[in-house]
Order: sequence, then C-alpha cells, then structure tokens
Amino acid sequence: MRLTIADLKKGEKGVITDSSSEDIPLKLLEMGCLPGNEVRLLQLAPFADPMYLNVNDSFLAIRKETASLIVIEKIDE
Amino acid sequence: MSKQLNVALIGNPNTGKTSVFNALTGLNQKVGNYPGITVDKKQGICKLSRGVKAHILDLPGTYSLNASSLDENVVIELLLNKNDKDYPDVAIIVSDVENLKRNLLLFTQIKDLKIPTILVINMSDLMIRKGITLDIKLLEEKFHTKIALVSTRKNSGITELKQLIESYKTISTESCLDTTSIDEDYFESLQKAFPNQDVYKLWLVITQDANFGKITRQELDVSKFKTKSNQELKRLQQKEAIKRYQFINAILKEGQTIDRSKATGLRSKLDRLLIHKVWGYVIFFLILLTIFQAIYDWATFPMDLIDTTFASLAGWVKDTFHGGGMVTDLVAEGIVSGIGGIVIFIPQIAFLFLFISILEESGYMSRVVFLMDRVMRRFGLSGKSLVPLISGTACAIPAVMATRNIENWKERLITILVVPFTTCSARLPVYLIIIALVIPEGSIIGLSYQALTLMALYLLGFGMAIFSAYILDRILKTKHKTFFVVEMPNYKLPLLKNVLITVIEKTKTFVFEAGKIILAISIILWVLASYGPGDKFNNAESYIETTTHQTSYERNDQIAAFKLEHSYIGIIGKTIEPLIKPLGYDWKVGIGLVASFAAREVFVGTLATIYSVGSASEGENIDTIKTKMANETYADGTKVFTLASGISLLLFYAFAMQCMSTLAIVKRETKSWKWPILQLIGMTAIAYICALIAFQFLK
Ligand SMILES: Nc1nc2c(ncn2[C@@H]2O[C@H](COP(=O)(O)OP(=O)(O)O)[C@@H](O)[C@H]2O)c(=O)[nH]1
Ligand SMILES: [Mg+2]
Repeated sequence: MRLTIADLKKGEKGVITDSSSEDIPLKLLEMGCLPGNEVRLLQLAPFADPMYLNVNDSFLAIRKETASLIVIEKIDE
Repeated sequence: MSKQLNVALIGNPNTGKTSVFNALTGLNQKVGNYPGITVDKKQGICKLSRGVKAHILDLPGTYSLNASSLDENVVIELLLNKNDKDYPDVAIIVSDVENLKRNLLLFTQIKDLKIPTILVINMSDLMIRKGITLDIKLLEEKFHTKIALVSTRKNSGITELKQLIESYKTISTESCLDTTSIDEDYFESLQKAFPNQDVYKLWLVITQDANFGKITRQELDVSKFKTKSNQELKRLQQKEAIKRYQFINAILKEGQTIDRSKATGLRSKLDRLLIHKVWGYVIFFLILLTIFQAIYDWATFPMDLIDTTFASLAGWVKDTFHGGGMVTDLVAEGIVSGIGGIVIFIPQIAFLFLFISILEESGYMSRVVFLMDRVMRRFGLSGKSLVPLISGTACAIPAVMATRNIENWKERLITILVVPFTTCSARLPVYLIIIALVIPEGSIIGLSYQALTLMALYLLGFGMAIFSAYILDRILKTKHKTFFVVEMPNYKLPLLKNVLITVIEKTKTFVFEAGKIILAISIILWVLASYGPGDKFNNAESYIETTTHQTSYERNDQIAAFKLEHSYIGIIGKTIEPLIKPLGYDWKVGIGLVASFAAREVFVGTLATIYSVGSASEGENIDTIKTKMANETYADGTKVFTLASGISLLLFYAFAMQCMSTLAIVKRETKSWKWPILQLIGMTAIAYICALIAFQFLK
C-alpha cells in the first residue's frame, strides 16, 4: 500500500521516497521535503489537521491534504 | 556628495534580518511602500568609515527565489532588474545558525545571480547551547564568500560585518551550481536562443512566470521559449532543489558539526503545552482576554486624557482667536477635533501592535495559526486570518494591513472583506449610549442586561464576519491554488528594541494613512454643518424667540440646533428621512448617520449638537443627551427612541460599512475599487435589511 506523511502517527518517522506530485507547493520542496530526507510527525492539531513535522532540520506545519501527497517509507525505531 | 553603496538584506523569514537591519541603521530608517503593491519597504543608512554611506534595504523574508507570495516577489523582481535604483552592489544573506542548511539554499541561488554576497550567520549566541560548531574558514572557501558570525542579541559581529560590506569588491562572484547540469539539452538550447543572457536568470524568468504570473519589470521576452509544460518545469525545479541540497550537504558535512544530544527540549516542552488539544486553546483564550483588557480598559486612561486635551485645545483656539470668525471655527471645530479624532485611537493601536509583535517575535503566533487553521478553513479563512480578526476589535485599518502575510489570495481577500464586521472601538461610544437609552437596567443571574447586550453585539459582529466569509468562500472563484505551509519557529524571548520599533512604525502608518482621510472628512462635514442655504440658516437668531426663564447657554444651544437643522447636512438628513423611516429613525438620527462616515464615534457628538446640549459641561454631557433623546417624540407624540428603534440602530451600526478610511485602505490593499465598493454596498444592505426586520418586528 502507498504510504504518505498523512498516515504517520504522532512521534513516528519516515523517509520520503516521492514528492513529485504537481500539487505539492514548490516552497515545501525547497524547505526540504525531498526524496531521501527523513520526516518525523511531531504533533497533530485536533482532527489530525494540520500536521506538525520535522524535516530536513526544519519545523513545519502543513495541511493533511498536502501531507497525503508526499510518499514515504516508514522507519521503525 | 559622498559615495554610497546599495546593500540588500535577504534571508528566510525569522532569521533576524530586521534585527541586523536595526543593528546596522539604528533609528536611521524609514518605511515606505513598493510602487503599486503594498509590501513594506524598509530602508536605512549605515555609516561606514571614511565617509562611505551604505544604503541598506531590508527585503521581505523569502525561502527561495521562486516567489509564492507578493512579498517574496519583491525580492526576485529587484534581483532580476539591474536597472532598478535599489539593485544591490552587495547582498547580505542573513541565516540562522540553527537552520543553516535550509538557509543556504537561498544563498546558493543569490550567488548564482553573480551578485557579491556576504553570508551572515546570525544567532551565534545559541551555538554553545545547541552544540553547534562551524569551520568558518572552510565554509568561506567552499561557498566562495565572506562570512560574518553575528549575534544581534549579544551585539557581536556587527563591526566585522561593516568591514566586510566596505570591502565588498574583494568578494568572489563565482556561482554555486551550474544551471546547465540540471538538464543539459534544455538549458543548452535555452542558452542558444539567448546567447547574451545568463542562463540562470533566463530560467528564473521562465519559472517565475509559471509560478506566480507576470513579472512586471522583466526585460526579457521568454514567451516564445515555452517548450515545456508546467509539470515538466516543476520536475526541473525539484531537480534543481535536490542538486542544491547535495552541494550544501557535502560542504556542511565537513564544515559543521552538531551535537544532537545538546539540543534542549524547550521547543517540545512548550509545544506540548501551547498546542495541546485543550490547554492550547485555554491559554490562547486567556491571552485574547488580556489583549481585550488592554484595548478596552488600560487604553481608556490615555484616551480620556487625549480627549480632554483636544477639547480644551479647541476651546482655547476659540477663546484666543475670538475675532477670527470662520477661520477660527474651521480650526477649532474642523481641524483640531478632526486631529483629535485620529490621535484618540493611538493608545489602542499601540497596545494592539505591542501584543501582536510580542506574540510574533516569541514564535507563539505560528502556534495559534496551527491551532486555528482547521476551524478557520471551514469558513474560507486561514489560521492566519485570526490575527486580523482580533485586530479588528481595535480598528479595521491595522487589521486589513495585518492580512499581508496570508499567502493565499482568496483567503486574504475574504479576510479583508469580512474584517470590518468585527466590533471596532469606534462603535463602542455609539453602542453605549443607545444601550443606556433602550435596554432596561435589570439583571439576570448577576449579569446586567446592558452588559449582556454589549457582549451580544461583539459576538454578533464576529459571527457575521465568519458567516459572510463562509458565503464568500462559496461565491468567489479564483485560479490560485490553496496552499499552506507554516514554519514553526523556535521560541524566543522578544527583543524589546524590535518590538518598540514595530509599534512605532505601525502606529505611524495608521496615523498618516487613516489620519489624512479622517481629517479630510471632518473638514467636509464641518463645512456641511456650518453652512446652509437660505434665511433660516443665516438668520437663525431671529427665528428663535427669547423666553424669560432661559439662560444664554440654553438659548445658544437652541440656535445651534436650529442652524444645524437648516444647514446642508441637515438638509441631507431630511432628504434621507423617507429612506430611514422604515428603520425607525428620524432626520436627526439621519444627520448622525451621515456624520458617522468620518468615524462612527462622531455620531454621539453630532447628536449632542442636534439635541442642543452642545455646551453642557463635560461630565453631564452623556446623561443630558440621553435624557433629551429619551424624551424625543414625533409630531404625533410617539417616542423616537424605543426598544424597537434602538435595537434597529444597534444592528445598523453593527453591520453597516460607514468608515471611509477602511474603504480607502481596502482599495490600497486590493489594488482595485471593486472590493471596497462591494463592501460598502454589501455591508450596508445587510445592515439595512437587518435593521428593517428588527424594527418592523419589534415595533
Ligand atoms: N537568540 C537570538 N535571537 C535573535 C537574534 N537575532 C534575532 N533574534 C530573534 O529572532 C527573531 C526574528 O528576528 P527578526 O529580526 O524579526 O527576523 P526577520 O523575520 O528575518 O526580520 C526575533 O524573535 C528576534 O528577537 C540573535 O542574534 N540571537
Ligand atoms: Mg523582518
């Protein structure tokens, strides 16, 4: 099954495998949402949206709809 | 004339550009606007040695040269246009030592424009605590640049930075990434088509067009060279970002070490509390309460002081230049009270921006955005709309200005359009007098009816704002895609200097922007009220009978009221009477409505004149107007102010767009008359209909 950032649970970590969807804002790519980078879900707002992430040493909040476009592989710790 | 060189401060948001700017220029700065758009342009002068002056420009924060908001677009437009008078001789990239990797992306892009570039690594005071060490020599060499390790908080590194600026000619302009390596076929053919142009610049112009719409000042026509779809361009941009990070990571691996165990848990500890599903909202609510307390309670003291000062100033002008006739009256009643009407808002605006800038500086504001985004989105707003909506309770003007950092145009527009529904402080005096007049005094479970009514009006304003946002969200169509990326910055103790400069700057903008309109309208209204056609206005004295048991004050008040009735504004009031009659108002209230266009609180003063209590002494003034209004009847003996007409008037003031200054600011921020006109018509129609229904139903 295709896993995305939106499937992460609080505290879980993954590594980005694909972020080439046209609907991902370029800004997000430039902040480091690029293949190969690790991403950790730090916290969720009520209704799991927006999502608070740590990626590429940056701390960002993005909406769930965007998060569901960024494909990852889960890393178990 | 001494030599001057242009310096541009560029960097990600929150890296300390403004702090560096303040450190370089002190109070030697001014804020203007970029022509045609509404992004603040901060400029200042920094004195270097030997009479050299550096002209410093603080550019809006940007994550890259690919603009995604108006603010960011300013940066790219400037850097693509060598003929711009602000085009930098040297660029300073301000970066945050904790986030060097991401900050360097922008740095490599600027380097590739072949502009001499200095890298400021700011917040060096945090290095020890965060376990960061840097090999500056190596970084300078690999990035072909000069580095200043700065802490604006500890005031270190600024002298070194000034020296680097002075010797900018020695800085290498070698680029970081060979653009062609992204896609050789494409870029080689691009270069062939424009042999005299720099290929990276060409690339920026092409993608800028694709990202953000027209570059207005572009010198190149690349439209013939659109051989790739937007999807393909996006792929290349992603590839470019990957390549840049590869370059940066390789260097940082050698030049930077981070001891992760040192990273203190302040962020996660505070986050656990401040964006907690319950406590997060409780804390935010308490902060809001404090802000309200400041605006409506603490600010009243200086406001009363300003009020009495201007009243006595107007009196002084009248007494001192007694023989001045019309000019004296214009100065005393038009200009002095007009200026007073602006100055009176300064305490509230200053308090508001004091809080907002503390919340922003500390990093808390992003947490509020995070907490509120989901709720606000349902109504077509964004988490970022909350600050404007809160600011609106002081005044809609700074609130509209505060929408600038909402990237999404549609969300920003909706925020601007609905903000004037929130209960601004100019409505308060109107509410207070009408509530006192028509709402009975009793109380229910310890809460007075009058206080409850006031609270209901606040909720009503806020509710109407949200409701109309919801409607507008359905109606408005835009081609802009929604996106939402919010950086969650580190928590910081706000720098007092930065906070104060923001407060002063915003207050100044308000005073001058709104001030000139309020002043102009006050003067127009004064003229309309001071002149009238025909004998009744000009010989009012002979129409008023003298009765024996009357003091001269009472007689003067009566004459003033008679004159006002027959002045131009009185005529306007009578002309609109048929229109407002169904709402339960007579022509006297009509005059008050017209006068409210200067600022709503003028309503009270105007009524004071109409009900001829103009010269009643300060303290009893409100009570006297109240009594007069309460006794006011129509010809057939029915009362003018009843529960029905009072509620109708409250609703009218709650919803109607009566503030010219707000309309002017909306025009400026949306760059079109379309939106302010829509606001004027839409809001006033809603107000009219609600007031009509209320009156007809309650009467
Ligand atoms: N610890 C520390 N904080 C700083 C320093 N310089 C700026 N800041 C803080 O960083 C935040 C952002 O600063 P600001 O100048 O507004 O950044 P801008 O958004 O780039 O203009 C503020 O909270 C500043 O107080 C510094 O040298 N050390
Ligand atoms: Mg700034």
